[in-house]
Amino acid sequence: MTDAPLVLGIETSCDETGIGLVRGHTLLADEIASSVEEHARFGGVVPEVASRAHLEAMTPTIARALDRAGASLADVDAIAVTAGPGLAGALLVGVAAAKAYALALDKPLYGVNHLSAHVAVDQLEHGALPKPCVALLVSGGHSSLLLVRDLAQAVVPLGATVDDAAGEAYDKVARLLGMPFPGGPPIDRAAREGDPAAIRFPRGKYDDGTLDFSFAGLKTAVARWVEDRRRAGEPVPVADVAASFQEAVVDVLTKKAIAACREHGADHLLIGGGVAANSRLRALAEERCRAAGIHLRVPRPKLCTDNGAMVAALGAELVSANALPSRLDLPADSSLPVEYVRV
Amino acid sequence: MLLLAFDTATPAVTIALCEAPDAGPPGAGRVLAELTTVDARRHGELLTPGIREVLAKAGAGARELSAIAVGVGPGPYTGLRVGLATAQALGAALGVPAHGVHTLDALAFASGRSEPFLAATDARRKEIFWARYADARHRETEVAVDRPAEVPVGGLPVIGHGGLLYPDVLGGGLDPVYPSAGALGLLAAERLAAGEPLPPARPVYLRRPDARQPGAPKPVSRP
Ligand SMILES: [Zn+2]
Repeated sequence: MTDAPLVLGIETSCDETGIGLVRGHTLLADEIASSVEEHARFGGVVPEVASRAHLEAMTPTIARALDRAGASLADVDAIAVTAGPGLAGALLVGVAAAKAYALALDKPLYGVNHLSAHVAVDQLEHGALPKPCVALLVSGGHSSLLLVRDLAQAVVPLGATVDDAAGEAYDKVARLLGMPFPGGPPIDRAAREGDPAAIRFPRGKYDDGTLDFSFAGLKTAVARWVEDRRRAGEPVPVADVAASFQEAVVDVLTKKAIAACREHGADHLLIGGGVAANSRLRALAEERCRAAGIHLRVPRPKLCTDNGAMVAALGAELVSANALPSRLDLPADSSLPVEYVRV
Repeated sequence: MLLLAFDTATPAVTIALCEAPDAGPPGAGRVLAELTTVDARRHGELLTPGIREVLAKAGAGARELSAIAVGVGPGPYTGLRVGLATAQALGAALGVPAHGVHTLDALAFASGRSEPFLAATDARRKEIFWARYADARHRETEVAVDRPAEVPVGGLPVIGHGGLLYPDVLGGGLDPVYPSAGALGLLAAERLAAGEPLPPARPVYLRRPDARQPGAPKPVSRP
């Protein structure tokens, strides 16, 4: 696929400035400049801090990616950029830069959906996606189940969180237990030493028959449980709390993901987003998929978190499907609906 | 030199293509095409199509540009960054320098005034960005952000949108209300021709991001 078009992908929906270069399903560069450390002391992403960092990082990170791929801007055939959903000010930096590159290089521009990009990235690792397939996307910003019939045009939302994203619950529970932001990795680590059955935390919307999620009740239940222990002067068994909380999260996520596959006749499940790096989510998903006869696809952790490769991957998909490019007046849309793969 | 200039640090999205000699005395440059749209909420949508339109109007191609000049603010951050991100990307993609010009300097230059005055733009939150000028070309103070009542106006005329917003304190705001990219480009060309340095194409924010460090988690338990 060396003669497939070279697509530059730009991602700035949250705190990572991600730049990717892709030809077809081949990943040539995936460079990230992260402002996560600047946000850590605030316990969450501060939009203005993220936007400032994106602007600082944009052109140097693109130069680094080209360098890594052994390519020059003149080789770029198309530009793809996350148009939404995400933080409005952060998205706008990427969209403005992408338009300028498109104008200067006289190449087509594709404003794409961040969620579809999380799905597309798996093709860089595991090849073409079978049709249809169900995608479970979990991160600090999203918890969604999608039915992917055709990545270039038809992505259908099946369910989403009605309150907090799963990753957000991780961040809040981590803070409660005195762990750093972002909360996913430290909780995952602590949970390995704990008993997931030690405390029976509630599983929101577990048997409600929908494919939606709810994590706010779980988060509150964990906080109450910990406070009660502290008030009683008893030590908090951090590992057990972490393991039991994590078990509640991944139990609901995997149960609903399998149900989605069954309901829609999909025999492939894809997991993406930052929380896909979670070891317990991977293990339980593998176990349940095997039992249900479903093939599980999870890209390597670096491709699961937000990055530019995923945007380039979706751009490459659109180019090969002869999709119409976006207009230069395309807006950044912080609440872009899932159904719009391309803007 | 063929210079593309724009500014997005105020409600105006203003774009111009200027032609000027590479060296020599001021006043020799001219504006080939200019486009200004006032819409505080759509900087991101208007800028790049506007650039394409200005280039087309002048019959010029992006590859013919010799430099970019962009207003570096200060101004409301989201719109300001659209201009800076665009300037940096155009500079990188075309292999030409992207220079900065203080937005208030462009506003002052456009006034053509030869006596002292103040230039002011809206900083939101009941504050203005302002600076004092000896004349259209010479700024005498650092650009500052203050409440209108705290600005030492000293009876000087005030130009710009900042003055227009606070007529009781600042006397109403004389023309020009918004910076024009034509003036911005000619000022940049003049300084470059004179060998004067221009600031880099990086935003001037003047304020830190609003962010609070969290205290201890709030208790959720019933009493
Ligand atoms: Zn994401």
